[in-house]
Amino acid sequence: MSAQKKDVGEYWSRNIGIIVPCLVIWALVSLGAGILFAPMLNGIHLGGYPLGFWFAQQGAIYVFILLIFYYAWRMNGLDREFDVNEE
Amino acid sequence: MDLQTLSLIAVGLTFVVYIAIAIWSRAGSTEEFYVAGGGIHPVANGMATAADWMSAASFISMAGIIAFLGYTGGAYLMGWTGGYVLMALLLAPYLRKFGKFTVPEFIGDRFYSTTARAVAVICLLMISLTYVIGQMRGVGIAFSNILNLPIELGLVVGMVIVAVYAVLGGMKGITYTQIAQYVIMIFAYSVPAIFISLHLTDTALPQFGLGGTLADRPDTHLLSALDQTLQDLGFGAYTDRPGMGMYNMFLLTLSLMIGTAGLPHVIVRFFTVPKISDARKSAGYALIFIALLYTVAPAIAAMAIYNFSNTIQTGPVGDPEANLPYDQKPAWMDRWENTGLLIFEDKNGDGRIQYYNDKNPDMVAKADEWGWKGNELVKFDNDIMVLANPEIAALPNWVAALVAAGGIAAALSTAAGLLLAISSSVSHDLLKGIFMPKISPKAELTAARISMLVAIAIAGYLGLNPPGFAAQVVALAFGLAASSLFPVLMMGIFSKRINKEGAISGMLVGLISTMVYIFLYKGWFFIPGTETLPDDPSGWLLGINPSGFGVIGALLNFLTAYVVSGMTKPTPVEIQKLVENVRVPRAQV
Repeated sequence: MSAQKKDVGEYWSRNIGIIVPCLVIWALVSLGAGILFAPMLNGIHLGGYPLGFWFAQQGAIYVFILLIFYYAWRMNGLDREFDVNEE
Repeated sequence: MDLQTLSLIAVGLTFVVYIAIAIWSRAGSTEEFYVAGGGIHPVANGMATAADWMSAASFISMAGIIAFLGYTGGAYLMGWTGGYVLMALLLAPYLRKFGKFTVPEFIGDRFYSTTARAVAVICLLMISLTYVIGQMRGVGIAFSNILNLPIELGLVVGMVIVAVYAVLGGMKGITYTQIAQYVIMIFAYSVPAIFISLHLTDTALPQFGLGGTLADRPDTHLLSALDQTLQDLGFGAYTDRPGMGMYNMFLLTLSLMIGTAGLPHVIVRFFTVPKISDARKSAGYALIFIALLYTVAPAIAAMAIYNFSNTIQTGPVGDPEANLPYDQKPAWMDRWENTGLLIFEDKNGDGRIQYYNDKNPDMVAKADEWGWKGNELVKFDNDIMVLANPEIAALPNWVAALVAAGGIAAALSTAAGLLLAISSSVSHDLLKGIFMPKISPKAELTAARISMLVAIAIAGYLGLNPPGFAAQVVALAFGLAASSLFPVLMMGIFSKRINKEGAISGMLVGLISTMVYIFLYKGWFFIPGTETLPDDPSGWLLGINPSGFGVIGALLNFLTAYVVSGMTKPTPVEIQKLVENVRVPRAQV
């Protein structure tokens, strides 16, 4: 029982360890690159897109999609490692 | 065939599809009615979630809003998509593991309190009812402006269609209908956008067209040409227009993100997939399907405002010959003037249209020299950008008919999701959970169907007699979802310390503070004339726009819950076990 309890705690902190960097990137591309740093980034161009504008109207959305699939992939691995994946 | 006949055929065909799906997917049990039996494939659920999520506002209004906001319109794009990251990482898998039917049910069990459950039901009803009014209005607009039918008729037809498939099929019927509605929506949205992008930039994909060069000036990028056009007319450059200001853009984006993650009718969609790993992935699929529309919308916005400005300003600003003569304007402008959504006024009586920023002193000084007497574009409704798109691109009538069917699909799919959230919280949370715990599953299913019918009738009534604040309700719905439900759901999973006293007081503080803040500036209960403070930066507390207050309400909710939980009894052991159980896909405890 106590061994299992430790497993659960370990699983949870590993999960948090995956969530936090994902949320940091989530904030960096949207609130960061799309808003706070946009005036600076707009000096750089991606084709006809000023970079800050691109993040606010296109780029952040693409990164969001990648983040969700990355999280799902890492968590499926974690589930198997701790043998808590569903049958 | 003329536009009206074609539109009627297109809309009629989609209705036949919805009814056919309804008959095929009747719900036989409460589980099927509330969560489609928990057997929806994650990709299918993603598509249904996208249709559920993308409302009449996303489909019809968003591109127009962005066209006039320029760069800062990105707040809506990032806000309404970024919430899915929060949902996928912080809520969906755990609520799926919990494995019950409604959002208030989780709050009631986790905080071991029917009071907490009842407060959550109140939050859910306020969020969903305000939101559904906007959808009903969207159905009416699509009917009256495209099909030229009375709004009342449109609403009644829409209500009957929703009633058939939502009452018969519950979540199961709604899910399969939403998949069909998504396909119609995305097709109707993309086709005109692709043609406009091809015409303007020689690039088929609007996402690349927006960053591409102009077809008739291969050395100039569309966005820099647009910046130049708007600056010549005295507006700010499109790509860095300060619009709402960085501070409020930040708050609005974050509020919309948190609000999106806290919308009960979207959360409950993740109860319908078979496994926890499906819930994680399904949010990603949903976001892909949403992004197909959300990354096209800014292209439609920029291309439409570019087309529009250059149609009216045909040459160098200030040249008297370079303004479009009123009687030579394109046919689509005539058509939309008839609806009252587009209004020109020849203020200086020269028979030509001047469109410029008459709030900009430098521009006004120049305009005075040219004999201009003010901006003659008196009204340009946000909705026109998408609805008139096929006509602006000179596409055949069947494309316009498709847009009509798409707008109605967007409104109906969201309305159905909201109505299900409302009816299941009445039959499952209030009736079975609080007032009649001994009710049989069969009676509960009947009760769910009856409350669905009542909810449709109320929504229809509010659509027919809009309370005059339809425009503000979106801000309210997102503000309430962000400040009341999201924080307690997240804390319920991520903190074992938060107890029932903390959760209840947190929800109430978040809910009430956000409502009061919005009412202060928009009028108490939105009654015109009862505004306490002026709704502009001079009156805003710490400069916070009421639309961006949701994040502040959420912070107050978190803080209150922590402080109150710290001062009261810790959570019981069995609840701590429940939290541990929810955190792990295959529980060992």
